[in-house]
Amino acid sequence: MTRYSAWSIFKNGLAGQRNWRRAWRDAEPRAHYDIIIVGAGLHGLATAYYLAANHGAANIAVLEKGWLGGGNAGRNTTIVRSNYMMPGNRPFYEHSLKLWENLSHELNYNVMFSQRAHITLLHTPAARDAAARRYNTMRLTGSDGELWDLDALKRAVPHLNYDNARFPIIGAAVQRRAGTARHDAVAWGYARAADQLGVDIIQNCEVTGITRDANRVSAVQTSRGPIRIGNAGKVGLAVAGNTSRLWAMAGLGKLPVETHLLQAFVTEPLKPLLDQVVVFGVGGAHFYISQSDKGGMVFGGDLDWYKSYAQRGNLPAVQDVAECATSILPCLGRVRLLRHWGGVMDMTMDGSPFICKTPLANLYLNAGWNYGGFKASPASGWYFADLMANDRPAPVIADFDLGRFRHGVNIDERGAGPDPKLHG
Amino acid sequence: MIRIPCPFCGERDHSEFAYGKDASVQYPPLDAPLEDWHEAVFLRDNIRGVQLETWQHLHGCRQWLVVERDTATHHIHSVRAAHPGVAAVLAGAGNDAGSGK
Repeated sequence: MTRYSAWSIFKNGLAGQRNWRRAWRDAEPRAHYDIIIVGAGLHGLATAYYLAANHGAANIAVLEKGWLGGGNAGRNTTIVRSNYMMPGNRPFYEHSLKLWENLSHELNYNVMFSQRAHITLLHTPAARDAAARRYNTMRLTGSDGELWDLDALKRAVPHLNYDNARFPIIGAAVQRRAGTARHDAVAWGYARAADQLGVDIIQNCEVTGITRDANRVSAVQTSRGPIRIGNAGKVGLAVAGNTSRLWAMAGLGKLPVETHLLQAFVTEPLKPLLDQVVVFGVGGAHFYISQSDKGGMVFGGDLDWYKSYAQRGNLPAVQDVAECATSILPCLGRVRLLRHWGGVMDMTMDGSPFICKTPLANLYLNAGWNYGGFKASPASGWYFADLMANDRPAPVIADFDLGRFRHGVNIDERGAGPDPKLHG
Repeated sequence: MIRIPCPFCGERDHSEFAYGKDASVQYPPLDAPLEDWHEAVFLRDNIRGVQLETWQHLHGCRQWLVVERDTATHHIHSVRAAHPGVAAVLAGAGNDAGSGK
């Protein structure tokens, strides 16, 4: 497989771009694998890559029911940040951000990670106090964070609505190292890098059943036939939105997860307008916006508020998000929407994920990413691979287990309580 | 847009309603074992298909309803009043709307 470089671009340019080879194989399923990852989204692909790259694992398959990166990998707003405060989340997301910072080099694939700053608007003294606590916690634990006063914010983002009597902007909490990345490139980059290390990525291969031999998984049934797992074989689930269905296939009962629908939107392309990620959340509003490299304004808001497996949105959420957009950036009032999409996600009882062992000896779970799966994907793959390779959780993810509700160690970043739809 | 046939007000857009939660969840007695409470508070079947759920007609009659809805297609199969007494009165009055059909 060729390595991408400035020289390869130059050379292929001279040859009329005819000699590029496909970035990864479209593998056929074999009858037997040592490690099976279900779900070729960002988390599954990252897991397969780090299993091969960090732990030297071989004979790995990633099974995908649709096409690579066609689930939530392609249904997000591409925001990367680490402004989490709770123990457990803090070191995990910081590790993820550090992986993002070197990801293009690591994968030899330009994921277009742009550290353009993440600006959370503050509207009340209470919000500023809470942000001071959160961002000081970040600074004390190896990350970056700043509080901006109104003048600094106006210099950076001059065209926000600063004339709102009901929700006046008084400043902002900023993480400069945060930003956005190109979501497809992340999926493709991990896929290519994993493929180069021998991982089979098998598309159009839906898992339809999980065959157990006592407390072990012995095979997975797929739409392309059964795939056996050896005695030392392992299975990892990374199927956001459909975790409960796979869990039921394994005969394991209930999970602290509900599947909810989140929409996102992109407008027609505009000339450069917004250089940062801006987040607006006050008085029930929840809105985040950035501008893509093609110029489209990419934004999203809250869930659709009812449980759903349908990967399509509903109109009240569209209206809600559009109202947020025009209240914070009135200049967008005449801009037309180009596209909107809906993804289904695992909303958990405390808004935090699971990277853990399961009641079955060789089944491992990666689930419950709520809103935050995109930014988490490198660290999620990193620690999930570590868990599967060593059969024990690293200390950082020790509390990302299914037992934490029983032990009373909920990682409730939002303080919303056990109602999945509230953890936005 | 999902349209919910409220037994009291007739068919309305779901934006008039507030989603409650999975209506199959039954809280155990207060002195039940911790495990029962753990299951009721934290664990869900998370059905892909027809499930029972509660909705409140917040911008209408403000009644709580039990809605039988398909979580994959959003099709509504039935609606009834959540309060068993109110549901019984509606049914006793021969009011077809009580079943949401």
